[in-house]
Amino acid sequence: MQKLQLLQNQFNPTSDDIFFHIVQAPPDPIFGIANAYKADTSNTKIDLGVGAYRTDEEKPYVFEIIKKLEREVVNDPTLNKEYLPIEGLADFNKGCQKLMFGQNSPLIASGQIVTAQCLGGTGALRVGFEFVKRHIPGDVYVSKPTWSNHNQVIERAGLNQFEYPYFDPKTKGFNCAGTIECLSQARMGSIVLLHVCAHNPTGVDPTEAEWLQIADVCKKRRLVPFFDCAYQGFASGCIEKDVFAVRKFAELGFQMIVAQSFSKNMGLYNERVGAVHIVTSNKDISARVLSNLKIVIRTICSNPPAIGARIAAKILTDEKNFNAWVEELKTVTGRIIKMRTLLKQELDNLKVPGNWDHITRQTGFFTFTGLTPEQCDLLTKQYHVYLLRSGRMSMAGITSKNVRYLAESIKAVVQKK
Amino acid sequence: MQCFRALRFFSVWSQVPMGPADPILGVAAQFKADPSTTKVNLSIGAYRDNDGKPVVLDSVKRAEQIIKEKKLDNEYLPVEGLQSFIDASIKLGYGDAYYAQNGKSIAGCQVLSGTGAVRLGFEFAKKFLPQGTKVYMPNPTWPNHHNIARMAGLEISEYRYFDPKTRGVDFSGLVEDLNKAQNGSVILFHACAHNPTGCDLTTAQWTQLLDLTKKKNFLPFFDMAYQGFTSGDVNKDAEAVRLFTAQGVPIVLGQSFAKNMGLYGQRTGCLSFVCANQQEKDKVVSQLKLLARPLWSSPPLHGARVADIILNTPELNQLWLQEVKMMANRIQLMRVSLANTLKSLGSPHDWSHISKQIGMFAFTGVGPEHVKELIAKYHIYLLSSGRISIAGLNEGNVKYVAEAFHDVTKNTKL
Repeated sequence: MQKLQLLQNQFNPTSDDIFFHIVQAPPDPIFGIANAYKADTSNTKIDLGVGAYRTDEEKPYVFEIIKKLEREVVNDPTLNKEYLPIEGLADFNKGCQKLMFGQNSPLIASGQIVTAQCLGGTGALRVGFEFVKRHIPGDVYVSKPTWSNHNQVIERAGLNQFEYPYFDPKTKGFNCAGTIECLSQARMGSIVLLHVCAHNPTGVDPTEAEWLQIADVCKKRRLVPFFDCAYQGFASGCIEKDVFAVRKFAELGFQMIVAQSFSKNMGLYNERVGAVHIVTSNKDISARVLSNLKIVIRTICSNPPAIGARIAAKILTDEKNFNAWVEELKTVTGRIIKMRTLLKQELDNLKVPGNWDHITRQTGFFTFTGLTPEQCDLLTKQYHVYLLRSGRMSMAGITSKNVRYLAESIKAVVQKK
Repeated sequence: MQCFRALRFFSVWSQVPMGPADPILGVAAQFKADPSTTKVNLSIGAYRDNDGKPVVLDSVKRAEQIIKEKKLDNEYLPVEGLQSFIDASIKLGYGDAYYAQNGKSIAGCQVLSGTGAVRLGFEFAKKFLPQGTKVYMPNPTWPNHHNIARMAGLEISEYRYFDPKTRGVDFSGLVEDLNKAQNGSVILFHACAHNPTGCDLTTAQWTQLLDLTKKKNFLPFFDMAYQGFTSGDVNKDAEAVRLFTAQGVPIVLGQSFAKNMGLYGQRTGCLSFVCANQQEKDKVVSQLKLLARPLWSSPPLHGARVADIILNTPELNQLWLQEVKMMANRIQLMRVSLANTLKSLGSPHDWSHISKQIGMFAFTGVGPEHVKELIAKYHIYLLSSGRISIAGLNEGNVKYVAEAFHDVTKNTKL
């Protein structure tokens, strides 16, 4: 039967193999590593690839409060499985606004924030950039480096992108002067993609004073800030402090876009829970913006998935649930900070050559170690330590049991000639 | 900080015009806002039981119980989604026999319900088919097909489908239009329960289209949102898909579980491509992932888990098949009831097309003016195209609806 099929394909012009020319796409730089880790049979393997939280037992973690609320949602007889509105669950959207902009933000009361529920952070970015393309098309400035999927999203949305020199490899810190200089050359009306906190992949964030400098150049060049917030609560451990940049820019009167993800901070990864916010100058414009945002969403998924948003809404709109969540988040963040400290200690104890201060100075899930691609390859191939070739390490994958082996492996590859 | 206040007066968004309300979801919103106690929602394509209530299937509830007991984590799905769901979905769509033979060369990807399948499928077509390849859509079709094609950058053409005179399919017009189409075009077919007309093709007609497809090297894109929901039989409803694939024609298939499993808000769907062999399938999957990553990174898990458990647990699968048959039967009953009631009221018009059409929707034949009156006077909500969702009818309101339709049409032409 198969032979006949092959013959048909060869001689029958109507069975031209329309997909014959398709080439294998490269594996996703991040998910690809997760797959390689899964396939590795070594018992010393360490997964420092994908940005997903792990416990000290290397297990994924479901927040206790999430488990409880998930049961409530699934068991609620008054809930059905009907379509959500295009823009998503109203309670969830309101809750997202308060979490991002502050409970008492005047922008919420004045109707200046347009919010739509989206498919995690990626979904919010894609919807935001599709909207940009249709209504305020301009060049997009992204940090060098940035999360790899940013470039893909912007490209698929049909926008041009340029880089601003975010990371200074010499100081392993934020290159403020370079960033300001670059943005001051940007065409007026360009869009600037900014990480709100816990920059991915570097872990390096601007100080409050530096944020004011960024605001200044955005004002001067009429740049539109597009904030990506995937780690609220994971940077300093304080949810208000972590969104300082968004609230400050809002206070300064900026109209802007914010992408918000609950994948990490509520551990709702696979239910794709996020939101996009557009800050306008008045509620009439908000109505027009919302109507167009809905058109973009309608052609991607029609309306967003319900269950994750219902769970998140229960946290965002109920004080008891909210406090329980904040406490758990502090514990989770605390463990990551502890691992940073432990790793630095081990590296210092082993007298590994180089300055490793950045490990404790950087914040959030990731550290830009400064390791070269070749060193990363060696770490993976020889020591079964999985990280990105950019040198990005997910600190959430470190445990009290594997931190010494990790430090020893780093020492080995750094010292290798 | 005074200098920053000026920012508020300059609006970044000032050029943004008001976007048109979605023709379907907009009407649903109108219905929601209406305080009338006799209001009837015949607009949105979501199933309702005989009490007018949304339904959560027992098979779904039981699958959710199983999930709860398993205590699973919430980790990211891979970009392509839940593999066991994808496999089960493909098996359901293509049939056990074809799947056993060719399953390894079908490239599948979990997507955000039917909309996501069309979006991802169209993006793939745009990227990999020769430049200038058009997608042909039936006239009329689900309006969102047009929107998605535009967003994906695909050029759209139409083929005649609905004949307003017969209120059935204009098959000769259809064939004429497809004969004129460019070789190698993408042809969008509704696998069953055509939306919005409810007019489906016969087996003989599908066979003719199969020959045309081979002759002109078309790429058929089957949008299947109502498998099981149409005739009550999942195999019968997938007849067209299986007719084409049995002849070795490569197709694209979009599957939605919104209606047939009642998983609407969970956004559960599958997109698949018939490939020449496993190597090609791997390449196609890798490219689908490349497009899905910047759309949604990975799809939502819950609905896929539910569908996966149902399809792979024989007892639940049987229960589900019974439930979907029951939904299809109730719809059929309401069609007959509406058509018969209109007849018994002495309507001057022939309403037999309502019972002849199939699936969730009926193209009643009423026009925009009738619709305005139906909404304003009777609080009956339907689309201005005259499309009604039969699922909104029940024993409690079918007489009222028939009387209203009779009233607004008795002195007019249809």
